Amino acid sequence: MAGKPMLHYFNGRGRMESTRWLLAAAGVEFEEKFLESPEDLKKLVNEEGSLMFQQVPMVEIDGMKLVQTRAILNYIATKYNLYGKDIKERALIDMYIEGVADLGEMILLLPVAPPGEKDAKLALIKEKTTNRYFPAFEKVLKSHGQDYLVGNKLSRADIHLVELIYYVEELDPSLIANFPLLKALKARVSSLSTVKKFLQPGSQRKPPLDQKTLEQAKKIFK
Amino acid sequence: MEARPKLHYPNGRGRMESVRWALAAAGVEFDEEFLETREQLHKLQKGKHLLFQQVPMVEIDGMKLVQTRSILHYIAENIDMYVEGTLDLLEMIITHPFLKPEDQQKEVVSMTQKAVIRYFPVFEKILRDHGQKFLVGNQLSLADVILLQTILALEEKVPNILAAFPHLQEFTVKISNVPTIKKFLEPGSKKKPPPDDVYVRTVYTIFAP
Repeated sequence: MAGKPMLHYFNGRGRMESTRWLLAAAGVEFEEKFLESPEDLKKLVNEEGSLMFQQVPMVEIDGMKLVQTRAILNYIATKYNLYGKDIKERALIDMYIEGVADLGEMILLLPVAPPGEKDAKLALIKEKTTNRYFPAFEKVLKSHGQDYLVGNKLSRADIHLVELIYYVEELDPSLIANFPLLKALKARVSSLSTVKKFLQPGSQRKPPLDQKTLEQAKKIFK
Repeated sequence: MEARPKLHYPNGRGRMESVRWALAAAGVEFDEEFLETREQLHKLQKGKHLLFQQVPMVEIDGMKLVQTRSILHYIAENIDMYVEGTLDLLEMIITHPFLKPEDQQKEVVSMTQKAVIRYFPVFEKILRDHGQKFLVGNQLSLADVILLQTILALEEKVPNILAAFPHLQEFTVKISNVPTIKKFLEPGSKKKPPPDDVYVRTVYTIFAP
């Protein structure tokens, strides 16, 4: 029997968190090996065949050492049937999750913005959330009136979007006020047994980046 | 009969070029509607044709697909590690013309280093180890097409960038000779020229806030 997937990353959200969410939502138990120093990363880099582009995230799964966040997520979503039933549903899911990724990337990079730019970047995130991304997804849900974004069935699109909604709320809880269908989606997905478990204290979900973890990450990734 | 895909984007490479490559390599003929003014972009946005108000957008099989990766994925079935890695490098090339002039030369150096130190050795080793013509599965895939696109774009800036990579040099020649790709590389195809001042200005005109 195959072992559990093993996630290689530092002990923080970063680019690995969406993978943690997806595995958790799919009910897949996983293990983690945390990089804590530059030496840890160097060791992995020097290990033959471990890090294809010398970068993490890396996930050992089904005998492979996968890198590149999107490739990892695509594999997991396909394996656990969270990627639509056919090529057209997959195209819709891809469109939606790429939009989520664009906004997610801005939020991800906010802690490392130069101090003078942080306020402007935060304002931009709020503006884009309110004027571009939340309206787009609210409209999708309104257009078909179904419980999930695509194909009337839970897919990775719902999971990635709900994860994003949580991050937006951490920045500014008022941003979701005028989007009732998004609120409903968040509640619905959060109450699924696997997700509910992941949202509880003691799970492998990581907290927002604190100063200590940020310093550690900067050292590791120099 | 299915209509041909229709691409909506300015008349230049940018983020649409990989889509043009992928369609051309797959032997799919397509049409293009070039954005030249801000008004055209607004028309698309107001007409609710753009999910996130952005281009690239491709009309294909009754859908209006946005987001470059989702378009590529629809055309090409499999986007994998190799493609994602190459797209990271290609991103540097796409954004290069929009950097301040004083930063551009530095960025060429940085791109070259990344290509030569991180990406090319990986692909050189893959080709050397299996000795096949294509990167994956002994047949043409999106990975080959995007890598070729990236190599040619880099060679425009740094002509001898493949000097230390004999297998990549061979790869470049062999993939360029695949019939659909050969056609795309000939003058008169839909392949776009390197970004020039006119292109940069057009993009600012259309997209600047």
